[in-house]
Order: sequence, then structure tokens, then C-alpha cells
Amino acid sequence: MAYVGKRLLTMIPVLIFLSIMVFSLIHLIPGDPAQVILGQDATPQALAALRAQLGLNHSVPVQYFDWMGRLFHGNLGNSLLDNEPVSKLIGQRLPVTVELAVGTVIVALLIAFPLGVLAAVYRGRWADFTALFVSTIGLSVPPFWIGLLFLVWFTVKAHIFPSSGYVPIFQNFGQNLSVMFLPMVATGIREAAVLLRMLRSSLLDVLDQDFVRTARAKGLRGWGVIVGHALRNALIPVITTGGLQIAGLLGGLVITEQIFTLPGFGSLLVQSVYSRDYPTVQACALIAALLVVVVNLLVDLVYGLTDPRIRVQRGRA
Amino acid sequence: MALAQPSLEPTSAVRVRRHSRFRAMLRNRQLVIGGIIVAVVLLVAIFANLISPYDPNTPAYSDILKGPSASHWFGTDQLGRDELARIFIGARTSMTVSIGALIVGLIIGVPLGLVSGFYRGFWDDWIIMRIIDAMQAFPFLILALVMAAMLGPGERNAMIAIGIGYVPVFVRIVRGQVLGELEKEFVSAARMVGASDARIMWRHILPNITTPLIVQMTIAMASGIIAEASLSYLGLGVSPPTASWGTMLHDAQGYLGQATYLAVIPGVAIGIAVLGFNLFGDGLQQWLDPRKHN
Repeated sequence: MAYVGKRLLTMIPVLIFLSIMVFSLIHLIPGDPAQVILGQDATPQALAALRAQLGLNHSVPVQYFDWMGRLFHGNLGNSLLDNEPVSKLIGQRLPVTVELAVGTVIVALLIAFPLGVLAAVYRGRWADFTALFVSTIGLSVPPFWIGLLFLVWFTVKAHIFPSSGYVPIFQNFGQNLSVMFLPMVATGIREAAVLLRMLRSSLLDVLDQDFVRTARAKGLRGWGVIVGHALRNALIPVITTGGLQIAGLLGGLVITEQIFTLPGFGSLLVQSVYSRDYPTVQACALIAALLVVVVNLLVDLVYGLTDPRIRVQRGRA
Repeated sequence: MALAQPSLEPTSAVRVRRHSRFRAMLRNRQLVIGGIIVAVVLLVAIFANLISPYDPNTPAYSDILKGPSASHWFGTDQLGRDELARIFIGARTSMTVSIGALIVGLIIGVPLGLVSGFYRGFWDDWIIMRIIDAMQAFPFLILALVMAAMLGPGERNAMIAIGIGYVPVFVRIVRGQVLGELEKEFVSAARMVGASDARIMWRHILPNITTPLIVQMTIAMASGIIAEASLSYLGLGVSPPTASWGTMLHDAQGYLGQATYLAVIPGVAIGIAVLGFNLFGDGLQQWLDPRKHN
């Protein structure tokens, strides 16, 4: 519990700096943000109204504390496009991205686990080379390009999957999966490439250790040693890497959603960037960063729970 | 009596060591293959105008969406422009933005990392590192996207946006290395002869931490290529008609049924360039730091 408390306390300064950064974004706009948003032909009245809506009339510290005060009440501001609360817009879009992210992680695990284990067990043989090839390709090509190729092969040419027409998962599971499958695989391949490499090298390290030799000396043979003893220990660094990948994954999903025209959080961000809807851009950046902070915290806590050595060390510290 | 001048010729032991390191470099397949790919990409980027068979930006409406042929090896795009010429110019765009972003990341990240690791105080370490923690919470691409949105599209702003994303990595690497170097005797010796903090950091510590920094720069180039392509794909990179591999992929999406090659070729170019920098970085790490590799 002390560890959890300490870990939560370390988050406070990070969250403060994070809020300052997101708040400062609007001040990065060269010139008067209101003028940039409304254009050169805007009337002085419209400019004044927008400045008031964005809170730009006050001094910068006052603007920051006003903005923070609204955040604590769950108010992320209103979209400049249709005056809808940004929190509502994000609430509508986030489930699509969460589903995509979960599906991507599942695909990545389904590819990375068998290939990573086979590569480590059959080191230097065909399985290892196949795994290395898959991971090298996965790391070299942008996930959005894999998505484009999937669109060409499976949608435009073979007509196996629809190119658009997202339906929420609880409305029609089959149709939802037919639209979400290709994006999940396209993004999952890159995530799998990282996990696969990590799992392979971690498992190779563990297979060299004394306890594995002891297990073999006691008569355990073949996969029993690997699954029962080695894999459990090899997973610890993989969990950490997986957690750190979440940030990269969120970034990748932004473009995947664009390619497959999915109405997710990423496409909301891109649309608001195009339409210079800065309150929505700010809110999306804040939510993305908060998601990463929370996931990293959870991974850290799981990490502490899975490895008794870390728990004991931290307890002593 | 004239003093005997010390010989500047390397001793035989030094020559043997250099020779064996050179042989180790040639034996390192990742380094050699990656190095060749990186060299080719950089040469294409530098001499793009000279080697391009056609003008990359001039439309040729009689040649719209022609597939690969003897006159247009990689075919033509929706405006009849030669795809090969645009791939060459795309290499220049990609390298310019990635190298520019790298410079931005280094200019901000290295001094911050040096100061943070050297002083280890509240303002110059704790605060810097919490800001870095906060920056790392932003997904790299989302940070670049939001920065590009605020600064506006264009090559220079794409460099700044991607470069800011590199800062946390460089700060962390430099800081970690500085902490290791501070324990060494040459730092105490420099202090004893009265060297200033700035001199110790720049003249004594920095040259000793270049190995991990160079490796990280190579890996950062690989992610820079993907980031530039991603921003350009979203329309926040270079402005048309300048070719970028990302904008070429974006344009290709409208013609997936008629001209599949338009979607394939720029992706292959990105893949080859990224693979080259990744292999080169891995090989460089093995070659420069064999203990770690072993």
C-alpha cells in the first residue's frame, strides 16, 4: 500500500506540468489565436466574443487557474464548431478507440507470443529467422501503410471486408468486427514486432539461468520447463515494454482511424486540427496524455504485483 | 640541444587495434547493410534533382495514372507526374525533416540532460525531469500532430514538432550517461585543476558520452522518417506540390482500385529507409559497444 501511495504522489507534479503544457498549447499559435481561428475577415465583435469564450482577455496565470477550475468540474470547454461540450464529443468517440486499442493488443499478443517463444526455443533455426523477419518488417514499415495495403487487397480487390460503416460493438457484433478487424491487424503487427523481440530476448536470458537447468536436471522435459518455469519469469520485462508501448499505440491509432474512416478519438483530434477547433485539440491532447499516465501507473502496479522481488525491494526501500 | 620530437605515427599496437576494429566493422552485417542503405538514401536525397528522370512537380495530363513502364519505371500519379522522380524528392523531404528534427531535439535535449545530470538539484534536475515525465506522457505522434496544428503546416514546423518529441529521449540518455561519468577520475581531475562546470560538461563529459548518443540519433532518424510521413499523410507536413512519401500515400488512397502501385511504392521507400537506419543503429551499437552486445 505504501508503494501505491508513493507512486500516486509522484504523479502529482507530472500532472501539474502536463496541465501547464496543454494549457500553453493555445499560446503557441503565432499571433492572436482568435484572429487565426476566425480569419482576416472577422469583425471586431466576433473576435472579442471568441477571445472571451477562450478566456484570452485575462492574464495568463488567471487563464490557467480558470481553465484548471473548469477541468476539476469536468468541463473541457466547448467545441468551436458546434458549441457542443468537448467532454461529450470525446465520450462519444473514445469507446471506438478503446475497442480498437484492445483488439490491437489482442492481435499483437496472438502474433508475438507463439512466434517469440518459438524463436527463443528454436534459436538460430527457421522459426527464429521467421520471427526475426516478421519483427523487422513490422518495425520498418508505418502501420498506416499496412492498413492501406489491407484496404487494397481485402476491401477494394477481394471485397472481403467493408471499407467503412462502423457500427457500435453492442449494436451488431458481427458487423462491428468486420469493420474493426483490418485496422486491428494493421496496427497489431507493429506492436507485435516490438513485443516479439522483447519476449524472445527475455526468454533466452531466462532459459540460460540456473533454475531452468535445475528443473531440467530434476527430470522436467520440453515445453513443461518453458511454459511452467521460464515463460512466467520472462514475462516481467515484456509487461513493462507492453505498458510503454501504449503511448506509441495511441499515436498510431490516430492515423489508422483516418485510413479506415473510424469515428474514434483520433479522427476527432485530426478533424479538430483541420478546423482549428483549438479547445477540442487541447482537450484531446490532455485526455491522451492522461490515458498514458493512468496506463503506465497500472502497469507499474501490476509489475510490482507479478514480481515478488520488486515488491520486497520496494517495501524495504 | 634540440629535443627529440615525439613521433605522430601510430604505434604498431595501435595500428593492429584499428585494423581489428575495422575488420569487426566489416564483419558486422547489420552495420554494413544498414550503412549501405543509409548511404544510398542520403545520396538520393542530396542528388535528387540531378538523378530524377522527369520534373517531379510538373503535371503531364496525357500520362495520368500510367502503370510502371520503360519510360516511367514506377508509373505516374493522378496528375501524370513521374512517380520515381517524386520518390527521389520524397527522400530529400524525409531526410531534411528528420535531420532538422534531430538537430532541434539535440539542441534542446543535450544541454538539459547535461545540466540535469551534472547538478542534480531541485531546479536543475527535479523540475527538468518532471517536465520530461510530463512530455513523455504525450504519445509522440499526438504531440507532433498537436504542435504542427498550433504552429501551422510546413516543413520547418514539422521539424520543430517532431524535434520536440525527441527531447525527452535525449535528455534521459544524456542525463543517465552524465551520472555514470561523474564518478570517474577525469572529472575530479578537471575539477582539481580549476575547470569551470561548463567546461567540464562540454569538453570532458560530452565527448565521453557520444557513443549512446550517436546510436540514439540513428534510431531517432528511423522514427523521424515515419513521423514525417505520418504528418504529411495527415496534411500537416510539407505543402504541395513538394513531394513527400506521406502525401504520396495520402494521394494514392483515392486511386486504390485503379493504381495500386501508387500505394505500394512510397510505403516500400519508407520501409527501406527505416530498415536502413534501424539496422545501422543496431550495428553501430554492437560495433561501438561490443561489451554490451556480448
